[in-house]
Amino acid sequence: MTNMDPKGQPKAAPNRLHAERQAVYPRAVNGRFRKLKWAVMVFCLAVYYITPWLRWHRGPYSPDQFVLIDLAHRRFYMGAIEIWPQEFYFVAGLLIMAGIGLFLVTSAVGRAWCGYACPQTVWTDVFQHVDRWIDGDRNAQIKLAKAPWGAAKTGKRLFKWSIYLAISFSTGGAWILYFADAPTLFMEFFRGEAAPVAYSTVAVLTGTTLWLGGFMREQVCVYMCPWPRIQSAMLDEKSLIVTYKDWRGEPRGKNAKASPTPLGDCIDCGLCTAVCPTGIDIREGPQIGCITCALCIDACDDVMAKTGRPRGLIDYATLEDGEREAAGQPATPHWKLIWHPRTLVYLGLWSAIGLGLLFALGTRQHISIAVSKDRNPPYMILSSGDIRNAYAVRWKNMEGRPRPMELTLDGVPGATMWSEDMAKANAARKLTRIIPADTTLPLRIYVSAPANTPEQKMGFTLRALDSDGGVTSYDTRFDAPEAVH
Amino acid sequence: MSVKKIDEPTGTETMGHEWDGIEELNTPLPTWWLWTFYACIAFAIGYCVVYPAIPGLKEGSHGTAGWTSRGDLAKEMDAAKAARAPVLAALDATPIEDLPKNADLMAKAVAGGKAAFKVNCVPCHGSAAQGSVGFPNLNDDDWLWGGTLTDIQQTLTHGIRQPGDMETRNSAMPAFGRDGILKAAEVQDVVSYVRSLSGLEPAGAAAQRGSALFAANCVACHGPEGKGNRMFGAPNLADKIWLYGGDRVAITNTVTNAHAGVMPAWNTRLDGATIKMLAAYVHSLGGGENFSQPAAPAAAEAASGGQ
Repeated sequence: MTNMDPKGQPKAAPNRLHAERQAVYPRAVNGRFRKLKWAVMVFCLAVYYITPWLRWHRGPYSPDQFVLIDLAHRRFYMGAIEIWPQEFYFVAGLLIMAGIGLFLVTSAVGRAWCGYACPQTVWTDVFQHVDRWIDGDRNAQIKLAKAPWGAAKTGKRLFKWSIYLAISFSTGGAWILYFADAPTLFMEFFRGEAAPVAYSTVAVLTGTTLWLGGFMREQVCVYMCPWPRIQSAMLDEKSLIVTYKDWRGEPRGKNAKASPTPLGDCIDCGLCTAVCPTGIDIREGPQIGCITCALCIDACDDVMAKTGRPRGLIDYATLEDGEREAAGQPATPHWKLIWHPRTLVYLGLWSAIGLGLLFALGTRQHISIAVSKDRNPPYMILSSGDIRNAYAVRWKNMEGRPRPMELTLDGVPGATMWSEDMAKANAARKLTRIIPADTTLPLRIYVSAPANTPEQKMGFTLRALDSDGGVTSYDTRFDAPEAVH
Repeated sequence: MSVKKIDEPTGTETMGHEWDGIEELNTPLPTWWLWTFYACIAFAIGYCVVYPAIPGLKEGSHGTAGWTSRGDLAKEMDAAKAARAPVLAALDATPIEDLPKNADLMAKAVAGGKAAFKVNCVPCHGSAAQGSVGFPNLNDDDWLWGGTLTDIQQTLTHGIRQPGDMETRNSAMPAFGRDGILKAAEVQDVVSYVRSLSGLEPAGAAAQRGSALFAANCVACHGPEGKGNRMFGAPNLADKIWLYGGDRVAITNTVTNAHAGVMPAWNTRLDGATIKMLAAYVHSLGGGENFSQPAAPAAAEAASGGQ
């Protein structure tokens, strides 16, 4: 507040490089959107905190945690789905869906993500509730902030910040449970036996939660987050935004009877500004600081009810609708606000990617083969004159149980193969191995063909021999000396 | 001293000079920056005292902490050596013929041998042990001195034709042409016969004559059918592999001047465990003899279908 003079007006000098933050003390409010916000907050926090504790039995060879990002073993588990690193496109697909999902939501209901579900919003909301619980509502908070530092204020602040810290710690603490067996890690963590990276991760996330949620708050949305900028570019006259209906409210005034001219519905009580968690005045029109949490709608509806006026002086409305309503035309029906062409295009895209991922998930092979041919030397002449090539073959069993598999040589008539773990005398066109559960078996395979076999294309086919089956193959080549003319 | 001049809009003092009406503000450094700067200076002075930092004419300062980067390296090398010690001790304790019984130790030996091969053997035998003219290919199934683990270890330990090593692999082929044991035409007959052994050319009249010469001069080492003798490192002449080339010119040169390839006795340069690792690696390249299937968990039976 140093750049304000006693009347609250900015001082003329010295010039500052940036505006000082105006602390926000949002007033408690009740109403339907506040209830929705409560519901979304409880749901999001429940998902975040409970998910790592859900169990999912996968048999003796795999972990039994419902969601597990096993970085050490490069596996990602979610329910019945297990993803290997080379299947990361599923995760990429999910991220693309999340991106388009944000577009879809923005196109249908505006900045609903910012207003309800964004972690920054949810945690800021939690911290603001803590503020109200310890310090009291808006006015008490302002009073306490202005009060000189004394025993009472220090005590209150320390108590509040310790609660901040507890919330932040549980936020950072829950995060690491996604990356290891949650009950085990939980015990290890408090016994001091967990990996150092667990402690450093919790420390960093506790710090960021405390800083971003406890102190930065709306500045993250206004200054740091790129998403409001992107959303500003995505909003058009058909987008639902929180609108102050100035054609109805203006001219505003506190006392209609004392006014010489008729006043609008706005009694200038300032509640819409007081409840705003980002500290803006919605009556100034659409602005980047508005996260469309709709708490001002709740506040204003309350006032309208008390003053006997229809609700919705501040309401979700599109710019287009605003103009229609100002001109006295009927508003667009609600379903039409949501289902416009852009929404349908996004929904189509989003669903197409989702269906594509589901299809890929349903039809993916649970066995896989990768072959890397030796290129130095490309081929060998054996004492019998036979030509030998060598290959590094990786047999992958992506199921949580051991599986018998058969490797077959494709092409190169007369060639046989053997592996590094068997004698050449047993060379054949087929090799079988039991691949342990959830494992890649690397084997060097030697393929030998009679003298004068020309260089040619060759392949390996891997086939699972159990009832689930599965076939996959890999194309490579068989090198040989150039024919002597 | 110039007169203090205050810039009106910002209230900041100027530097006092002016270019075409443009003045420079004398904005003080932020305090936090200044103190960070002072702290850096203090740190730098302390650093120069504690660590070697100040150059001198003959040598630089040593620092009070006694730290050197060479010392760090030595520590890291010691740590690496300590980490490898159990494996090396196990290798020392295991006779090489028992190595295949321990699949895990064998795998470690092959990995260690691969690294040692890159350091010691690549200059002659090539980066993939593929050899070149005069330097044997170690991937194939042709062995001059034997291809079992024990044979390879023996060859590595004592080398080939190393004077002073009693157990070195040793033999000498006479220079039949150069020393006048065979006449030039006789050499050509022997060449024809040798080439006919592996089917490089049909057995004609020259080969017939060469056959008799071969029986008189060469069978002692190369055997009656030219299949070689590993006791003397005499190569098999009936197979398809030619260490010094299989065309007429190359074989003529060999018969005329003889060859006597050498390899160092590695026991003078490497310890026993490293030699074992090298032997295990060379044996694993696909041509190792007396192959015994290790008891690896994944090694199931090989199907005997197909050909």
